[in-house]
Amino acid sequence: MIRAGLMALALFAAPVQAQELTRDFGPDTATEVLRLRSTTDIAVLGPVVEAFLDSRPNIAIRYEQWGSNALYRLQAEDCASGRAGADLVISSAVHQMVDLVNEGCARPHRSALTAALPDALIWRDELWGVTREPAVMVYNRDLVQPAQVPRSRFDLLDLLRPTESPFRGRVATYDIERSGLGFLFAFADSTEATTFGGLMESFGRSGAIATCCSAEIIDGVAEGQYLVAYNVLGSYALVRARRDPRLGVIAPQDYTLVLSRAAMIPREAGQPRAASQFVDFLLSSEGRRALEAALLIVRLESEDGTALELGEATETLQRPIALTPALLIALDAHKRALFQARWRDAFPRIGAAAP
Amino acid sequence: MKSRVALAVGAVLLLGGVVVLSVALAYGGRAAREAYDRLLLGAANDIAASITIRDGAAVVDMPASAFQMLALAPEDRIRYRVTGPDGTTLTGSDAAPAPPRRDAPGPVFYDGDLGAEPGRYVALTRRFAERSFSGPVRVTVGQTLRARQALARDIAGGALAVLAAAGLAIGLFAWLATRSALRPLQRLGRALARRDPTDLTPITLPMPSEIAPVLGALNGFMGRLDRQATASRNLIGDAAHQLRTPVAAIRAQAQDAQDEADPERRARLLARIHERSVGLSRLLDRMLDRAMTIHRTDTAPRSALDLRDVALEIYEALEDVPGGAAIRLDLPPAPVVVRGDALSLVEAGKNLAANALSHGRAPIRIGVARENGSVRLFARDAGPGPAPAILAGMGARFAAHAPGGAGLGLAIAREVAQSHGGALVLGPRDDGFEAALRLPRIGA
Repeated sequence: MIRAGLMALALFAAPVQAQELTRDFGPDTATEVLRLRSTTDIAVLGPVVEAFLDSRPNIAIRYEQWGSNALYRLQAEDCASGRAGADLVISSAVHQMVDLVNEGCARPHRSALTAALPDALIWRDELWGVTREPAVMVYNRDLVQPAQVPRSRFDLLDLLRPTESPFRGRVATYDIERSGLGFLFAFADSTEATTFGGLMESFGRSGAIATCCSAEIIDGVAEGQYLVAYNVLGSYALVRARRDPRLGVIAPQDYTLVLSRAAMIPREAGQPRAASQFVDFLLSSEGRRALEAALLIVRLESEDGTALELGEATETLQRPIALTPALLIALDAHKRALFQARWRDAFPRIGAAAP
Repeated sequence: MKSRVALAVGAVLLLGGVVVLSVALAYGGRAAREAYDRLLLGAANDIAASITIRDGAAVVDMPASAFQMLALAPEDRIRYRVTGPDGTTLTGSDAAPAPPRRDAPGPVFYDGDLGAEPGRYVALTRRFAERSFSGPVRVTVGQTLRARQALARDIAGGALAVLAAAGLAIGLFAWLATRSALRPLQRLGRALARRDPTDLTPITLPMPSEIAPVLGALNGFMGRLDRQATASRNLIGDAAHQLRTPVAAIRAQAQDAQDEADPERRARLLARIHERSVGLSRLLDRMLDRAMTIHRTDTAPRSALDLRDVALEIYEALEDVPGGAAIRLDLPPAPVVVRGDALSLVEAGKNLAANALSHGRAPIRIGVARENGSVRLFARDAGPGPAPAILAGMGARFAAHAPGGAGLGLAIAREVAQSHGGALVLGPRDDGFEAALRLPRIGA
């Protein structure tokens, strides 16, 4: 089924393009080739793509993996110039996706499956939330005693408060200036509860580390460089925790942010029919099973088969990041500048080192 | 009838529907525009209130509430822009169009495109006069129109649903009303269909007042038919009865004349046969006259006429008859108006006068007189009148007392009187015997 292997594109990609990887799925004989651009790792979403193609011999998929900011810029350019680029875009930086839809860059699609989505996971029949991924805390099982494991943000605050706390300088989170997703989580936190103000202050005082990228942060926890990582995307953490017994994963008990990666069919898509089929597949029970297997849909209701540690009554504490125009505020120039200024106050070293 | 009512009701509903729909659409559009304009203004005010001056620059700490307010129109795209005194965009989208009047004091609402879709914008200005920053900062907020259109459609749709329900109800009631209004006619039709062909008696069915005239006309029509059928029957009966005896006599006398050898007696018999034939011919004339008169009384149009003219005409008609010159005319000075057929009345009056002439005692008077609510056209003689036994039989279709068919005159007079709503009155008066047609008077 899989024709081409992984290719490092740095060798022949155009300089303006910043896609990390690309890979072709499906047979050569396919009559429709769907161009999928996603921020999701090919390795994670690949099995879902294969499940989709299994029953559709006429469709092939060219999967491009992008960083969220680069993908956003590319789509905005495509939209402004009316250039046919991707047929389907799936991004975890949902505020950027909301902005693309708000700029009229998307194409509507309606089906029984999209109609069944809750209001928070669909906007204008042009943007659909296809995954359910909690923002979790990851800790090192070997180095953090069970009694000390933070179950909520309050626990984390308590851990950081003592001046000689062993956690000082060993808590990590995304650098919001380099990670779109990190910014989104931090921003959602700031609108969700006042806890976040205290947490930022506490991060600043205790010398917490703001750094880039899920893989780097999780590696750091596994190797004991960090004891706890805050606001890590649950899907990545759980994939790693499956294989690595040193990692513990917690859905915070005060509230758990739940991200739904957003899918959008660009206005100028060349294969909108195949793209809507793929969207419908992701929303179908078959597609959801595949996404669950890829840990892109994490059931917070049960612990079966996951390493996720849950508190009680979790469903009432879930805070889905709703796909509404209210997310546009996260892209507002002044708002971002103010928010980043606050962030830099808390992480002066990173801020100073930032380019 | 039903289809015409349906057509009329349908036309009214269609016209009303078009009017109501256009009014509802206009109203819905205005209501939706006002509601969502307020939303826009609220968001713009929120944004304007969040502008602060930091280090000599205007900084917008964009409030989440503004976006939550705009998200109340959940399907609509948003565009906003905050512009500094020099016209540069501080934050938001450069693509938001500028208001048509830049220096308006209050908020300005205006239409403008939002990408490929039409949109609605509001712009308002906040003026700063700080030491480090002074000048107007303009906030522009816009939104696409989906929620407005949906609300307008909802309002108009609701109005239309009410109208459709009302239309159904009106149609139903119209149908029921038409059906129940037509039911008496169906009943009447069934009653007519059930009837024996020879049954011409009036139909008595309870009828609503609107349809009662139809039944009345029908009954009147059947009454006339009945009278004419009776008259025809009577004519045939009379003819058979009255012709049988004279014809038999003529036959017998003709037989006698045939057998008679004596020429003198034979000539006498022939003279008698001739005399009888003449009488028979006169009888036939009278019978035909009567049939004609009775026919006229039911068919001739009635009009208002002065009964004095009728009396005068009778008088003139009788002038040439033997003894007619002695008739006196007795008329009141004022007109006596009745509704009737002049020819029938003249004929009837002539019969009465002729009877008086041939059977009464001179002087004969004919004339017109008023009574309480009615009038009389009378013929009077000075005699005592016929014997009571004869009087009782007078006016029948034929009367034994008057060989030669004179009894027919009274019968005609009676028919005419009855067809005019009156009666034939026979009786002795102070100064003789009077035969009169009593008729209802019209007017005062």
